[in-house]
Amino acid sequence: MKVLVSVKRVVDYNVRIQIKPDGSGVVTDGVKHSMNPFDEIAMEEAVRLKEKGKVTEIIAVTLGGAKGEETLRTALAFGADRAIHVKEEGEIQPLTAARALAAIFKKEGAQILFTGKQAIDDDANQTAQMTAALLDLPQATFASKVELDGTKAQVTREIDAGLETLEVDLPAVISADLRLNEPRYLKLPDIMKAKKKTIEAVSFADLGVEAAASLKTIKTTPPPTRSKGVMVKTVDELVSALKAKGLV
Amino acid sequence: MTVERDVMEYDVLVVGGGPAGLSAAIRLKQKAAEEGKEINVCLVEKGSEIGAHILSGAVFEPRALNELIPDWKAQGAPLNTPVKGDDVYFYLSPEKAFKMPGLFVPKPMHNEGNYIISLGNLCRWLGQQAEALGVEIYPGFAAQHPIIEDGVVKGVTIGDMGINHKGEHKSDYAPGMELRAKYTLFGEGCRGHLGKQLNALYQLDKDADPQHYAIGIKEIWTIDPAKHQAGLVVHGAGWPLNLLGTDSLGGSFLYHLENNTVVVGLIVDLSYSNPYLSPFDEFQRFKHHPVMKQYLEGGTRVGYGARAICKGGFNSLPKMVFPGGALIGCDLGTMNFAKIKGSHTAMKSGMLAADAAAEAIFSGSEGGDELTGYVSKFKASWLYEELYQSRNFGVFLHKFGSLIGGAINWVEQNIFGGKFPFTAHDLKFDHKSLKLAKDSQKIEYTKPDGKISFDKLSSVFLSSTNHEEDQPVHLQLKDASIPLAQNLPMYDEPAQRYCPAGVYEIIGEGEAKKFQINAQNCVHCKTCDIKDPAQNINWVAPEGGGGPNYANM
Ligand SMILES: Cc1cc2nc3c(=O)[nH]c(=O)nc-3n(C[C@H](O)[C@H](O)[C@H](O)COP(=O)(O)OP(=O)(O)OC[C@H]3O[C@@H](n4cnc5c(N)ncnc54)[C@H](O)[C@@H]3O)c2cc1C
Ligand code: SF4
Repeated sequence: MKVLVSVKRVVDYNVRIQIKPDGSGVVTDGVKHSMNPFDEIAMEEAVRLKEKGKVTEIIAVTLGGAKGEETLRTALAFGADRAIHVKEEGEIQPLTAARALAAIFKKEGAQILFTGKQAIDDDANQTAQMTAALLDLPQATFASKVELDGTKAQVTREIDAGLETLEVDLPAVISADLRLNEPRYLKLPDIMKAKKKTIEAVSFADLGVEAAASLKTIKTTPPPTRSKGVMVKTVDELVSALKAKGLV
Repeated sequence: MTVERDVMEYDVLVVGGGPAGLSAAIRLKQKAAEEGKEINVCLVEKGSEIGAHILSGAVFEPRALNELIPDWKAQGAPLNTPVKGDDVYFYLSPEKAFKMPGLFVPKPMHNEGNYIISLGNLCRWLGQQAEALGVEIYPGFAAQHPIIEDGVVKGVTIGDMGINHKGEHKSDYAPGMELRAKYTLFGEGCRGHLGKQLNALYQLDKDADPQHYAIGIKEIWTIDPAKHQAGLVVHGAGWPLNLLGTDSLGGSFLYHLENNTVVVGLIVDLSYSNPYLSPFDEFQRFKHHPVMKQYLEGGTRVGYGARAICKGGFNSLPKMVFPGGALIGCDLGTMNFAKIKGSHTAMKSGMLAADAAAEAIFSGSEGGDELTGYVSKFKASWLYEELYQSRNFGVFLHKFGSLIGGAINWVEQNIFGGKFPFTAHDLKFDHKSLKLAKDSQKIEYTKPDGKISFDKLSSVFLSSTNHEEDQPVHLQLKDASIPLAQNLPMYDEPAQRYCPAGVYEIIGEGEAKKFQINAQNCVHCKTCDIKDPAQNINWVAPEGGGGPNYANM
C-alpha cells in the first residue's frame, strides 16, 4: 500500500513569534524553521505502519519555496521512500495546497493521505478536509489511533466529548492529532543517507493546479498582553473588586 | 559497557558552525576545487540550526570575508548596515556621561568600512555557501568527546540521544556516532568543552598567560522610527561598572541596525571580585542611563541572550595544534579585545587552518600529525600582527582601570601604532578573583520596571531556549557538596548571580536548603564553567539541538 504524507516547513515551535512592525505578518527571516510538529506525527505513523508491514511505500510531499527541501530531507531521514517538492515561492493557501495534494494523490494512486491536523503557523486546519472533498474520499481527522485492516482503516478520533472510533473505506484522508504517537529521534546515519536521496521537483503547472486566492490577510497583531494581577486578602475583598468592575 | 556506534570517515571534520568553523569548511572546499581534487568535509553544530547558538554584537570588519568570498555582496551576504557614526561615552553616574571627542577615540575603535550585522544571520548565510560547495553540515548534533588513540585525535564522538535524567536508556535511545577524520578542527567558540579537554590533555596553554574572559549580555529591541539612526554605533565604559578603579570593568554597546532595530549589550569582565555582583542586573540598570533610555524608551524588547568572550588575546594564545587537529577561532582565543571584535579574526584563523590541512592532504598525508603549516601561516598573517598590536589593551584596563588604561591604550595605539616596546602580563585567573562575601559589599539592585528593565525569567523566555526535559543535567558538579558547603558560606554562592539565565538557585531553609540546577534554562554562555571559584562546574553538551534558538542575534 502506497501512502502520501504532506509535510510543511513552519517557524519552529520553540521560537517566540514576532509580528512585523507594519502588521503585515510574522517575522520569518533569520528565524528557525522546522517540520510542522503534527506532520512529524503523521510521518511517524506512516513509518510505523511500514515497519509493521502494512504500508509498502511512503511518499513525502511539501509545498513551498526552495528551503522546503530541508523539510523533505527530514521526512526522508524519518523513513520516507521518496520525496516530492511542489516548488512555488510565495503564499500558498489551504485550498491551493489541497488541490496540489489531490493531484499528486491521484497521480500516485496512493491509498492514504496522512497530514498533520493543522500547521502551527496559520492553524488553518483545512487542508486535510479540503483534499478529501476534492478527491471525494472519506476523511478521519484528529486521529489518536490508526489501525489498518485490508481495505479499511479504523481511526480513533479526539473529540470534545472524548473519543470516537470511525471506520473508513480506503482510500482515505487521515489527519494526525498530538497523541497519535511520539515521533522518534532522527539518527545521524539516517540524516546522512537522506542527504544523498533525490527529490522530485514539480510545479503547479506540472500538476495542472491553479493557485487559489480565496483568503486575504488584512492585519496581523500580537495577542493582548495580560495585565498585572491583583492580590486580594479576603473573599469580601474579591467580591467587592469584582463588583467594582461590573463582573458580578 | 561498550556501545556499538556507527562510524563515518572524512578528510576533515569541523566542530562548531560559527564564523571560524564555517570559514574553515568553505576554504577547504575552495582549495579542493582549485586543485581539482576532492576533500570530504563534515561540520557538526550543537544548535538546532546554524546560527541558533550564535550571539555577537556585532560590528563586523569585512577583511576576512573579502578574502574568503570576494563577491559576497553579489551573493547576498547579510551585511546591510554600514557604520555611519561612532560615539564613545564615559558614563560617570546613573545620570551623567561624558562623550569622547572623536579625536581621542583610539584607532582600533574606529569603524569606517565596517558593518553592523547579526552574526547569527551571517553564519546562516555562510552555512548555505558551505553546503552549496558540498560541505556536509549536521546541526542538532553536539560533539561530546574527542576520540583519542595513541595520543592522536582521530575525530569526535557525538552525544547520545534518548538517555533519561537518571542516566538510563529510554525506548528511543540512539548512541551517538563516531565521526573520524584525518584532521579535526575545533571551532566551538569561547570555552569550548572539547577544547578544554584537549587543553588539559596536551597542556596546550602551559607557556601562555591565563585566558581572560568576560560575559556579554545582549538584547534586541524594536524602537520608535523617529529615534532610530541606522548605522550608528555607541560604545561606552563606566557606570554601572567601574571607570577609575581596576575592578568590575567592562563596556557597553548599542548598535542601530536596519528596520528600526537596535541591539544593546553590556560586557562584564569576569575578573570582578565582588561575589554580589550580578552582570544581568548591572545590564538591566545600565539601560536606564539617559544615553540608553533616549533610544529604548517606548520600544519593545524582542530578543535576549548571553555568551562568554575570550579576551586574553595574544598573550593567552595556547599552542594551536596537536596530533590530528587544531583549535580555531575563539576556541583558540583569537578575539581582538581592543576592538571587541572576534568574528573576522575567527574567520581568518579557520581559513589558515584549512589552507594548512588542504596542503597536507594534497601532499599525501594520512593525517594524525601536527598541522605545523597552520602555525607558520598564522605567524605570517595579518591576524598575528593584529593580535600582537592589541596585546597590551586588556592588561592596561585590568591594571589601570577603564579611564587611565584606556588613555594609555590611546597613546599606544595612536602614537606607537600598537608597538609599545614591551608586553604587559596579567597572570591572575578569573575564577581566583572573588573576594570573600564577608569582605564584600552587598549590591542592592532595584526591581525591574518591566519597560526598560526586566527579570531573568522573562528574559530567558525571549531566547527561545529549550532542552528535552528528561535528560542528564548537562551542568556537572565534580563535587556535589561544594555549592552549599563551600561556595555558599564563602561567596554567598555567586552562581545565583553570574548565571544570566537563572539556572542556579538556592532554595529552602536550614536543613532543607538545596542547590538547584534548572538546566533547561541554560543559554550555553559558559560563564559558570569559567567563574565558579572552585572550578567545580563542568559544562558538557546537552542532547543535540537543545539550548537557545536565537533569531537575528
Ligand atoms: C556580546 C558580544 C559582542 C560581540 N561583539 C562583537 C563585534 O561587535 N564584532 C566582532 O567581530 N565580534 C564580536 N564578538 C565576538 C565574536 O562574536 C566572536 O569572536 C566570534 O563569534 C567567534 O567565532 P567562533 O566561530 O570562534 O565561535 P562562536 O561564534 O562561538 O561559534 C561556535 C559554534 O560552535 C558550536 N559548538 C560549540 N561547541 C560545540 C560542540 N561541542 N559540538 C558542536 N557544536 C559546538 C556553537 O553552538 C557555535 O555555533 C562579540 C561577542 C559577544 C559575546
Ligand atoms: S548554566 Fe552556565 S552556561 Fe548555562 S546559562 Fe548559566 S552560566 Fe551560562
